[in-house]
Amino acid sequence: METTTMMPTADITTHIKTFLARVIPDHELEDEEDIFAAGYVNSLFAMQLVLFVEKEFHIAIEQADMVIENFRTVGAIARLIEHKQLVAAR
Amino acid sequence: MKTRTIGVLGAGVMGRGVAQALAQTNHQVILIDRTPDILTRAEQSIRQNTRLMRLFESQKQAADPEAIISRIKFSTDYEMLAEVPIVIENVTEKWDIKKSVYQRIDRICHDECIFAVNTSAISITRLASVTTRAAQVIGMHFMNPVPMKPMVEVIRGYHTSDATISTAKTLVADMAKECIIVNDSPGFVTNRVMMLTINEAIFMVQEHVATVEEVDRLFKQCFGHKMGPLETADLIGLDTILLSIEVLYDSFNDSKYRPCPLLKTMVDAGLCGRKSGRGFYTYQLDNTDH
Repeated sequence: METTTMMPTADITTHIKTFLARVIPDHELEDEEDIFAAGYVNSLFAMQLVLFVEKEFHIAIEQADMVIENFRTVGAIARLIEHKQLVAAR
Repeated sequence: MKTRTIGVLGAGVMGRGVAQALAQTNHQVILIDRTPDILTRAEQSIRQNTRLMRLFESQKQAADPEAIISRIKFSTDYEMLAEVPIVIENVTEKWDIKKSVYQRIDRICHDECIFAVNTSAISITRLASVTTRAAQVIGMHFMNPVPMKPMVEVIRGYHTSDATISTAKTLVADMAKECIIVNDSPGFVTNRVMMLTINEAIFMVQEHVATVEEVDRLFKQCFGHKMGPLETADLIGLDTILLSIEVLYDSFNDSKYRPCPLLKTMVDAGLCGRKSGRGFYTYQLDNTDH
């Protein structure tokens, strides 16, 4: 039987921050800092971010979740991943 | 918004974008390329992009990816272009390839059909000369990513008629975009300036004057540009940049357009930017290209 492993929140956050650090160097991102409002990343990067999240955390972002609010902060992304992993584990 | 069928030739990055932008604005599209493999990847890519672009639309407005895909016919058969009123051509930026494509569609398409050249730098007047319909050949320089860019640089060739310009304007408006009409000149306005800027920025990196990130940050934070020149290079594709700057060099015979050796090396090494997963930066590939 296939088992779904849940990644701890801290690990999820670290993974996301490592990915974001590639485009936002020399800056310690806060968990609830708006990466778009601060002008760090553009809309094309948002699309890259979705692909990263899907591949890295083995989840599929459905149409209803494809809203920029879910990707605006590290915290929001982590919450979405946790929610998706929880649903998948059920 | 009218429903009509537009031919799109070439299913690379630009052709896919044009096909998607047309389908999103209720046009039927015939997308032609040489092999089923390219077309399969184009279909996957359009589906993926339509899904991801939902990020920037309200959930109410957002288009259904399947509805958009259903408006596009993917085919390797050029004969399907026989009855379309307009063909938007997006094949590789190489004169010999474009020339043979125009000779071919000139024989296939009906006499009234308009040919819109989507090119970075190749002369519209020169391409028109290989057809029997120079008055119906016009440049339509779309920007990448096409569905997200509101402006098109439209180029009037030497023989382009007012009627052709009027049809092109209508098409641009039907795609919910605007256009600015400029006269034919190598690289037009956008790319003559942009390619030179990018090439010079690459020289800066080659000469260790500044790092890639520093060059881009200077343009973004000093000039308020949304993207720096090297990010832009990755988006356009370094191979396309090289071909475009070579066209400028050949057209003007002016050494200021000499391609930077680092640009050539990167293209030779397959570091073509976003579409190959690596250029000046590295990218998450969407698995539709490789």
